[in-house]
Amino acid sequence: MVSRREFLQFGAVAGLTAGLSAGSGGSLTRALAQQKLSQDDLLRFDSKGQITLLHLTDIHGQLNPVYFRPPDTNIGVGNFEGIPPHLVGEEFLSHFDIEAGTPLAYAHTMVDYVNLARSYGKLGGLDRTATLVKAIRAERGEDKVLFLDGGDTWQGSYTSLKTNGQDMVDCMKLLKPDAMVGHWEFTFGADRVLEIVEDMGYPFLASNIFDNEWDEPVFESTAYFEKGGVKIAVIGQAMPYTPIANPRWMIPDWSFGIRPEVLQTNVDKARDEGAEVVVLLSHDGFDVDQKLATVVNGIDVILTGHTHDAVPRAIEINDTLLLSSGSHGKYLGRIDLEVSGGKVTGFSSNLIPIFADVIEPDAEMAAKIAEVRAPYESEATRVIGKSEGLLYRRGNFNGSWDDLICQGILTERDTEISLSPGFRWGTTLLPGQDITIDDLYTQTSMNYPSVYRLEFTGQQLKDILEDVCDNLFNKDPFFQQGGDMVRVGGMSYTCAPKQDIGSRISDMMLLKTGEPIEAGKSYVVGGWASINENVEGPAIYDLMETHISNLGTVSAPENRAVKVVGI
Amino acid sequence: MKITRRKAMALGTAGALFAVFGSRINRAHASAEEIDAALKAFAEGAEIGEGQVSLTTPEIAENGNTVPISVEVDSPMTEDNHVKSVMVLADGNPNPEVITFNFTAASGVATAKTRIRLAKTQNVIAVAKMSDGSVHMAKNQVKVTIGGCGG
Repeated sequence: MVSRREFLQFGAVAGLTAGLSAGSGGSLTRALAQQKLSQDDLLRFDSKGQITLLHLTDIHGQLNPVYFRPPDTNIGVGNFEGIPPHLVGEEFLSHFDIEAGTPLAYAHTMVDYVNLARSYGKLGGLDRTATLVKAIRAERGEDKVLFLDGGDTWQGSYTSLKTNGQDMVDCMKLLKPDAMVGHWEFTFGADRVLEIVEDMGYPFLASNIFDNEWDEPVFESTAYFEKGGVKIAVIGQAMPYTPIANPRWMIPDWSFGIRPEVLQTNVDKARDEGAEVVVLLSHDGFDVDQKLATVVNGIDVILTGHTHDAVPRAIEINDTLLLSSGSHGKYLGRIDLEVSGGKVTGFSSNLIPIFADVIEPDAEMAAKIAEVRAPYESEATRVIGKSEGLLYRRGNFNGSWDDLICQGILTERDTEISLSPGFRWGTTLLPGQDITIDDLYTQTSMNYPSVYRLEFTGQQLKDILEDVCDNLFNKDPFFQQGGDMVRVGGMSYTCAPKQDIGSRISDMMLLKTGEPIEAGKSYVVGGWASINENVEGPAIYDLMETHISNLGTVSAPENRAVKVVGI
Repeated sequence: MKITRRKAMALGTAGALFAVFGSRINRAHASAEEIDAALKAFAEGAEIGEGQVSLTTPEIAENGNTVPISVEVDSPMTEDNHVKSVMVLADGNPNPEVITFNFTAASGVATAKTRIRLAKTQNVIAVAKMSDGSVHMAKNQVKVTIGGCGG
């Protein structure tokens, strides 16, 4: 049998880090047929120094390879306008000197996404990741490699929901991470987090979680390692706004926050303990960490997650390197460090795109994935419908998956307006693909899924949109919580991201009547993922299973409900 | 009012969803003049300078009803040179004067922590009066948000 692996062809190998030449002109398939992409090409790296840091982050429960369309809109404001990660599509390609149509262009942008997806196939899969991690450990020597899990690992799939994250824990254990941090982990509740942390065999770090009663650290802040003869401190940072963005009632005794002053103390302490290299394993988000690198001294490397930004190489801010390793298992981030005289004197970096059809799955991990999925496999792969168009989530204002969810809420809950949270997790389906339970749960797997049905006044709706918008577009990144804009159904509005809170949202209109939303009038609104306790209503995954089953074939008409101005 | 089917179906959690809103809408809050007057009274004629006072607050409150703050004033805390008192104001609360901490040289250090209630997004102000009569201030904005929707 000829596998797609043997067929997958590739541009100039060096191009993996510097832009590729395949796909320009003619049919891509033909261009592909001329050159070959191999596992060795993906692993090729300018090895350097004594230490290799490997970073896997925000895989959101995805054990198997996925399609994941990168965003077409990711607006930066203030000092962060027009720089990575706020570059998409052609601008991204041009900034990083990547040619359209190449594997890297496919991995990093939505340009010609569907065609390239059909040519290059899925990315990720923890069994492929395992192959790469093992190969790098073998090449560099285990005593030189630190493998770090940036969090948002346990949540995001059907099986992670059914097993309370145990499927992910069991599989990750095989990869032997040296440490991890968390965010959606906390939505399994404090007791479950502590239960797993006790058992998993590697440290769960958080410099920024304190108990509410005594204001004492809940977790260790720092873990120390000796790699390549160098003493390394890894400090962990949990998502600072977990109790605000997610239900506080699930972790009632813990307080988070960015706490830069605590972090500075922990960095200084690590240096006093003799650390030559200080690494921050962070779930702050890219822009938060860009600012953090300017206000906290002494961090050599920040491995950042949360905002799901895939940036092909590390950026330098003052004396700090920042690497953001994407999401959903699409990439393995790597930084090599050369250290002399207690200082980082050289580095090389890369995000390795995990082309699932190119990388041989690791047998041990593949068997474990099959084992943890076995009790759920037949239900998880049950087909509930078919997608006529492209279904994706990422984008600042909307995605077709959320358009579908908003429509589902309007229909199944009989509301005038629907709201769907601006999560950045959730994979992609190509036109013509079946929709399975697995697919549905990549969009909806969570422990607070109830779809409420309430009356909101026009003023309340405006306040919600303004509030969420300020979390996304506040010019000071320390006020950005991550995520995208709340998605709306049944209503249109205009958004001016560069304005201030209270002045960004205008022209709110009820679509079914074409009339403006009135501040004092009440509207029936449905939505899910409320952070309040005891919310009543059906679970979003059940509601959407009904909706998709009823539709049979799902079409995703273009959404023009949000008009973006002033950018 | 006529009860429609829609209204009958509406669930009872509206109050909870807007717990934060409830406290930030239509509430009287201190005027700029009131804040100014409170600062002037505390300063007793001294000019209010910057520096020496470090005020630590969360950027965004996890719970507006109990926001942890801490204040530390850089001072040798000797008989000749010490912090006498630190007043904390919340300029968006109906009653802006939150607390005043008093110190003597015997305090050793001028640090204090407490938790305060914030009705809405506003500035928290800490102002310290030294034994020589000089006055120093620090001001942080604390955001009070609806929350949710983060990914």
